[in-house]
This record gives sequence, C-alpha cells and structure tokens, in this order.
Amino acid sequence: MSAITRDEVAHLARLSRLALSDEELDHYATQLDVIIGSVARVSEVAAEDVPPSSHALPLTNVFRPDEVRPCLTPEQALSGAPAVEDQRFRVPRILGEEA
Amino acid sequence: MTTTTTLMPYDEALERYEPVLGLETHVELGTASKMFCGCATTFGAAPNTQVCPVCLALPGALPVANEKAIESTIRIGLALNCSIASWCRFARKNYFYPDMPKNYQISQYDEPLCTDGYLDVEVDGTVVRVGIERVHLEEDTGKSTHVGGATGRIHGADYSIVDYNRAGIPLVEIVTKPIEGADRLAPEVARAYVTELRELMRALGVSDVRMEEGSLRCDVNVSLMPRGSSEWGTRTETKNVNSLRSVERAVRHEIERQAAILSEGGRIVQETRHFHEDTGTTTSGRSKEEAQDYRYFPEPDLVPIAPDPAWVAELKAALPELPSVRRKRLQQEWGVSDLDMQAMHNADAIDLVEATVAAGAPPADARKWWMGELARRANEAAVPLSDLRITPDQVARVCALVASGALNDKLARQVLEGVLEGEGTPDEVVASRGLQIVNDEGELSRIIDEVLAANADAADKVRGGKIAAVGALVGGVMKASRGKADAARARELILEKLGVSA
Amino acid sequence: MSLTRKSAAELAALMASGEVSAVEVTQAHLDRVAEVDPKINAFLHVDAEAALEQARAIDARRAAGEELGPLAGVPIAHKDVFTTIDMPTTAGSRILEGWRPPYDATVTRRLREAGLVILGKTNLDEFAMGSSTENSAYFPTRNPWDLSRVPGGSSGGSSAAVAGYVTPLSTGTDTGGSIRQPAAVTGIVGMKPTYGGSSRYGLIAFASSLDTPGPFARNVLDAALLHEAFSGHDPLDSTSIDAPVPPVVEAARHPDVAGLRVGVVKEFAGEGYQQGVLNRFHDSVELLESLGAKVVEVSCPSFTTALPAYYLIAPSECSSNLARFDAMRYGLRVGDDGTRSAEEVMALTRAAGFGPEVKRRIMLGTYALSSGYYDAYYGQAQKVRTLIARDFEAAFQQVDVLISPTTPTTAFPIGERADDPMAMYLADLCTIPANLAGNAAISVPCGLADEDGLPVGLQIMAPVLGDDRCYRVGAAVEKAFESRWNGPLLKEAPAL
Ligand SMILES: [Mg+2]
Ligand SMILES: [Zn+2]
Repeated sequence: MSAITRDEVAHLARLSRLALSDEELDHYATQLDVIIGSVARVSEVAAEDVPPSSHALPLTNVFRPDEVRPCLTPEQALSGAPAVEDQRFRVPRILGEEA
Repeated sequence: MTTTTTLMPYDEALERYEPVLGLETHVELGTASKMFCGCATTFGAAPNTQVCPVCLALPGALPVANEKAIESTIRIGLALNCSIASWCRFARKNYFYPDMPKNYQISQYDEPLCTDGYLDVEVDGTVVRVGIERVHLEEDTGKSTHVGGATGRIHGADYSIVDYNRAGIPLVEIVTKPIEGADRLAPEVARAYVTELRELMRALGVSDVRMEEGSLRCDVNVSLMPRGSSEWGTRTETKNVNSLRSVERAVRHEIERQAAILSEGGRIVQETRHFHEDTGTTTSGRSKEEAQDYRYFPEPDLVPIAPDPAWVAELKAALPELPSVRRKRLQQEWGVSDLDMQAMHNADAIDLVEATVAAGAPPADARKWWMGELARRANEAAVPLSDLRITPDQVARVCALVASGALNDKLARQVLEGVLEGEGTPDEVVASRGLQIVNDEGELSRIIDEVLAANADAADKVRGGKIAAVGALVGGVMKASRGKADAARARELILEKLGVSA
Repeated sequence: MSLTRKSAAELAALMASGEVSAVEVTQAHLDRVAEVDPKINAFLHVDAEAALEQARAIDARRAAGEELGPLAGVPIAHKDVFTTIDMPTTAGSRILEGWRPPYDATVTRRLREAGLVILGKTNLDEFAMGSSTENSAYFPTRNPWDLSRVPGGSSGGSSAAVAGYVTPLSTGTDTGGSIRQPAAVTGIVGMKPTYGGSSRYGLIAFASSLDTPGPFARNVLDAALLHEAFSGHDPLDSTSIDAPVPPVVEAARHPDVAGLRVGVVKEFAGEGYQQGVLNRFHDSVELLESLGAKVVEVSCPSFTTALPAYYLIAPSECSSNLARFDAMRYGLRVGDDGTRSAEEVMALTRAAGFGPEVKRRIMLGTYALSSGYYDAYYGQAQKVRTLIARDFEAAFQQVDVLISPTTPTTAFPIGERADDPMAMYLADLCTIPANLAGNAAISVPCGLADEDGLPVGLQIMAPVLGDDRCYRVGAAVEKAFESRWNGPLLKEAPAL
C-alpha cells in the first residue's frame, strides 16, 4: 500500500490547487510515503461488519426554519476582497465550465 | 463556431440507430431563505446584497439546513412516486471553481433523499413512463460575468466579476433512469417530460419554475445504439438547456450529430457539450486532461436527515392533485377534445383557462380567448401566455360583457388590446375608448336612415323581396357605427323601415 | 499580590466588591503583556486601547448598577482561530494575513456579552495543525517554563499566555489534543468539552467533525467558569448539542472522588513514554486511590489505531475545509498579473500562503479521499472511529472516568521535531481517542518530570456530556496535589 510516487504527488498538488516546485514535490513524496505507510495500519483492523462513523455524535434532523435573516452589507461582503469591480468580486479569467 | 458538424437527417438516423435518453433537471426551490443560511433569495437583487458569512464561505461560517427545502424535496419525491430515505446524509462534492465559494458543493451522493420513482408523460396520445433514478438536494452557485474579450463569453475574457446572491439557493436535482424505447419520439418525450415536471413543481408550489430566469435547468444525455443491438453507446451530456423548445432541439441535434459520426465509423467522445440557443446546435465543452475526481465524503458540518415516517405520510396525504390527473378532470368538466386539451397544455394555457372559468366565464369562452386572440398576441410578443399583462379575472370580465350584449367579439378584441397595453381594466378601456355597442335606438335609427339613403338600390332590392340584400345594408350600418352597432338589432330595424317582415 | 497573579474567580470577586476596577485589572495585564510577551511571543495581536475601552464600559455598567456576569471585567485572550469583528483573524497563516472578519464567532460573541475583556489574539500552529506552535506562519511561541522549549500546540499561544501569567483565561480549540497537550506541557488546566457542547460557528475549521473550542486557565474552577460562559446550544452550528451545559462549575466546587470508579487505560503506557511522565501518572493513580476512588485497569484495544485513523480523518476534512482559501473573495492573492487564469492564481496563492504542514495535510487528505483510495483509507478510518466509540462505551460501563497521561513526553525543544512529522504526531497519542469519539476530557497538572523538571499532565476522560466529571475529578486531584505541593504547581512562570 505504500510507495507514493512523485507523479502521484504532482497529481494531488494539482487537485489541491497547490503550485509546487520540483524540489517540493520530491520532498513531499518522501514525507507522504512515510506518513501513508504509517496510517495504512488502519486497513489492518478487521472491521468488515463495523459501520463507519462520519460524525462524533449520532445527532439527526437539525434544521432551521425558512426565515430570512439580515445579510451582510455589500461593503462588508466585499471588505476582504483582493479586487472589486461593480459591487462584485473581480477574479482572474476563468478557464472553462465545470461540473 | 468555426468547426462545421456533419449531421445525418433525422429520419435516416432513426432508421439506423435507437436513442437512449437521460435527463438531469435542476429546480431552484422557491424558499424565502437560502439552503444553508438566512439570506433572502429574491431574483434580480443588486449584486452581493443577499450574502452572509455562510454563503460567501467566510472562514469559520457553518451551514444549517433549511427545513422547508427538505420538506419540498420530500414532497417532490412523493409526487414522483419515489421511496423516501429513512436516513441519509449530505455530502461534499469537491472541485475548485470561482462561482462556488467553498470550492465544494454541498450535495448528496450515494444517499439521496428520494429514489426509484417515475413520471408518466403523454406524447401523441401514448403514455410513456419515465423512470426516476433519484431526487436530491444541493445548493446553487454564484454567477460570474465575463469581462473583456470579443464575445463576452467565458473564452477569451480578460477577467470575470462574481455576484454570490445566487450562491446557496436550494436546488433539487432530479435524475431520470435511462429512457429507452422512446424511439423517434425521443425529442418530444424529452420535452414532454420537462413540461410535465415543470407543471408538477407548480402544482406542488415548490418553485416558480421560470426557465428564463434559470430556476429550471436541464442537462440532456443522449446515446445511440445501432438497431438490433442491446448495448448502449457512449453518451454525451449537453449542459444547461434552458427552454422546453431547446430540450427538444438539443436531443434531435445530438441524435443527428452522433448518427453521422457513428455511420462513418467514428467514435462518440464521452464529454460535456454546450447548447447554443441561436443555432440549435451543441459544441464540445473544454476537454479535461483528466477525469474529475470529486472526492465526495459525508458533510461533517451537517448531521444526517432521518425523516419521521409519520411526517412523510402526512406530506404524502397532503399532496395536491397532480397535473395529469387534474388535466383529465378539467377536460371532462370543460367538455373539450383530446386535441384541444393537448393544445392548451402545450400553450401553457390550462391554469389560465381554469382561473378564468373560476372567475365566472364559460369554459368555451375562456378557452376561445386564451387560445385565440391572446395566444396570437403572446406569440407576436414572443412571451409566454402567462406573461401577458392581463389577468384571468379581466378575461372573465370581457366574456361577461360579450355575453350581456354590451360588446361584440370585434369590440372585445379591442378591449383586450387596451388592457394589454396598460390602459386599465376592461371597463376602463370600454369607457376610455368608447367601445360600448350602440344600443340607443334613436342613434341607430339615424344611422340606418343615412345608410338607406346612401344605398337606395340595395334598399329597393330588399323592398322588392330580395331579403338577402339586407346583409349589405347591415354591413353599411356597422361600418358607419365603427363596429359599435348591434348587428342583429340593426337588421330588424332595417327590415321594419323597409316594410318587410323577416 | 499583583493582580496578574490572581485567578479569574478572585479578580471577578475583587471587581464585584469594588476593590479594583476592570480598567486596573486590564492595565495590569497589558503591562504584563508588554513585559513578558517579547520573551514568549504568545500574541499575534494585542489591542491595548480596545481592551481598556471594553474595561471602561464594564466599569460604567457596574457603576450604573447593572447586573453583570460572573466573569465581567476579567481579561481573556482568544486563539487566533476564532473570528473577531474588531481584530484581525489569521489562523496563524499568511493566507489570511490582515483579514478582518465582518462577524464574531459564537464563542467570541458570548464572552464579549459576558463582559470579558479581550486582550488580543494568540499564536497557534497554522490552521491549528501541529503540536508545538512552530507551524505558525509568524513566529514560534515559547514555553514559559523553559524558553527553548515549545508550549505545545496548536493552541500554544493561549497556553503560554496563561502559564506566563499574562492572562488568567484564554480560549483554545482541540481537534486531536490541541488544548490538553499544550495545557499539560505548560503546567496549566485545559479542557476539551464534549464535541458539540461548545459552538464551532466562527471557528476557522480544521477538521469539522473533531474541532472543539475549550478553555485554558491556571486552575480547575477558572476553567469551569470560562467553559460555562461560552458553552451551550448554538442554532448556527448544526452539530451543536441542544441540551443544557453539564454542571461544570458546580462540579469544580465539589472536589470529591470517594467511591468514584476510575479506569486506567492500559494501552497508554510503555514504549515512547518518558519515565518521568509515567512516574507522575502513577503518583496520580495513588493519589486518587488515597482519596477513595476505586481505580481499575481498563483495556481499550482500538485506541492503538486512533492515531492513524486521526491522521486520515483530520487531513481529509481539512483538504476540503481549506479549499475556500483560493484568493477570490478574501485573503492573499499572488500572481494576478492580468494574464494568469483564476486556476493558476489559486494554485500560486495557496502554494505561497500555506506553510509546509498545511500543504502536507491537504495533500494527504486529498489522497485519502481520492477514488480508489477512499475505502482503504478514509472509509476504514471511519470504521476505526466506530470501534473507538465502542471501546469508550464499554469502558464507561465499568468506570466513571478514564485516566491516562495527557502526553507521552514533556515539552520538547523548539526545532527538535520540526522536520519529522511522524515524531510530532506522537504528541497527540493519548488525546486523540476523545476527539474521535466526541468525549469530554481535561488535562490537569500532576507534577514535574524527574528528568527535566518540566510539567506533566493528567488526562481525565468522561463520557459524552459528562464534562462535569472531568471537573470534579480534576478539582479533587488539584486540591490534593496543591496541599502536597504547598500551593499550585505553577507558582510563577519559571523562565520569566
Ligand atoms: Mg448536481
Ligand atoms: Zn447567506
């Protein structure tokens, strides 16, 4: 299960939107290999009939009523924006549609 | 688009191949607040005025699910004959996109709220049962506007500006099972399905389903298999097909396009395609260098949904009459033919006619005006019937004026025109345009005398027993009165004056 | 005695009786910040004027005869992972440098409403990922016991500030031990409440299903007072428990363990444990027995796989939670020269704005969630999580609380584990099970290790919503040890 390749790390970096240098890729490949090799111990636990837990506690059905609450002002909403135009968030060109 | 696409004529394509369809429909629910926060959902608000830490994905903000949206989704599922999950979770669908503030969409993955249902649709008198794979709840994205470049489109733009008002509005996604056996009716089946779905949403009151505002959007999957084969071909997914007509056209186009490729020994690429309203064609979406890996996992910020069976039963019992059932009932009540009913359905006139009847008009009259004069006007203006600036109450009033003899059909059309042009209520238009039928006997008598004097020949013919010639005289009276005379009464008076008994 | 030497409860009493004003208390602590923070670097942001302004408002309200909360006027420092409307919030990261949130976290808001005076924001491992506060993008924080050592992490700024007598109270967050571990290695009290007992709204998420806000203080009662002040149901957090806050203050005032059944977790001993830590743990066991508790050994076999399960679950959630830091709406933006695409700017910004540990965990989580690996890693880790919850359940059939050392070792030297993630991860060995199962757990000082004279923590774990048991046992241990030590373990910050 171990042995993560540099290519795989490059793929993970791309999926994670991290522009890593070649040296960083090598560095992380070495470290991730050790970490993954270690955490892979979970697969040794015989747990076929054990249900997975996604949450710490078994709560269900937590809803809010369909009521309108005050929004931020546009000034507040845009206050942290790196760039603003026309009361909108200005972002670099988008390459293509997804999903 | 510079690339030309070879198409195979539809009939030939259908001779050689059998289409398999799949439809994914996203419906924006008409809740007052967003899916996971309390922001308003008003359409057309100024940019970034309906946003908060949650829907902007500010650090630290957390979602809380809107109960009404859950309820609406369950009701949709029940109306589509689905099973409702006894326990299910939201999941995160991870991908980066500037429209999507968290860079994951809260959606549902392998545990949708509703599964395994169907919707019956009617095409050319045949009922086609469209299987429903799943109905699940998710959230909408923001809206970006692409600035610069030549086209205003995403490609070639210099940069984009984003408004997150729409981010987080609840979306219900309804996915069909593969629809086989629609055969040459596939485009019509697709359209009929979306039409029926839209009506269902309206009947349930869960969405205003305005396709032009994007509150109902369709992705259309099409694949072809050679006749005699039972193995499905590779499918394409055409995104954001946003009108009923486009659904039909997109299916037809994909059939013609794929057939041309396959017949030349080509291979269909599994891809996303974009539909172009102007040309009715599809083009390939950006080819992705690698398959998407959305890394779905259960949303840890939201707890599972476990709908109480008693609640679900209550919702089921309280479902309104479904559109197809209602149409059958109305058809009987109104006594109209299958063809007329279908025409009304296609024109989206049933609700309007029903409301007009409810306001007191006879069904035949209500149908006549909506499907005649008003449909013509809507068509001219290229707007849906329901967008005309006239209410069913007002149409009913016009019907009543005609029935009472105060208006004839010709005047009634002028009244409708006045109302549509914003001149007021039917009564106000009648008054302001002076459209009352001439009921004043003295005035009518004076007009008749003038007409008789001016048409002595015709008058003589009538006197001489050629009763048929009276028609021309009545016509003269109508013309002289600019249509306001009561033609029947004018005929009586003319005959009386000429000493002829009818 | 200087005001900074006093406990929160003492300060509150002095202010309530009118002997001192909130302004005097605040000024004394601000003076202490100025004096010692240059040595320990606990704070990322201090706003003296704003703190005095809050103190003046409290004094005015008290003078007007208004009834104030039990901690009104008491100074506090917030881990810089809670949003504050009047101060920058960075999560210890360059990617959020200078960000001013337009809203308060629920914890921040409630404490503001309770009249506590915010001195500033404390340092942490970037996005709360780490056990030493060396992963802060700004600077490491130092342990007031020994400035060459770490104060624990990720809430190391908050633990150092309390241990350094800079503030009587501070907030932290505990995802895998980030309150208990720093409390243990700085000789103070740190509590991880039951998951869902304290609101996560406005807490910048690391791992949603594990993150738990909690209090730091120099004694058990102060921790309980703070715990009570910010806890309780929050409709803005779907995972918040809609139940009354357990009677933690009441419990802290009743340090009685006679007849209580205490379980020693068998798995938390042996290789990797410092002898001095084990010695102090054995002292604690004997102490509890001498106080009338019935101590038995309990086995929780799945606890040995808690660490790998945690290092799959937490990175998986973090890979998704940190996706929002994309240079589009707030925070750092790098490389936007008009030619690069949004995708490129995102990747450049994230590469520049996140530190190595954050990148490591994002990639690890991305890996664990990828198709093809999900079942073997994330899915299997979630099963281990179930097994751990079952072990706890079985244990709490036999005993009222479980105890263990809080950490396998005392505070390690700054830099020692910086390049060895696996060694760093071992610091959370004993604390992680309570996060995975959502249980309440506290760390209280139990003496100094023989080898290095550094503090050792005793971890007391209770069932979900059994937070009061942690305080009851913690208070009993504290009382007994203090009479043995002739005062608190931390009489003064030794290195200051
Ligand atoms: Mg979807
Ligand atoms: Zn919002």
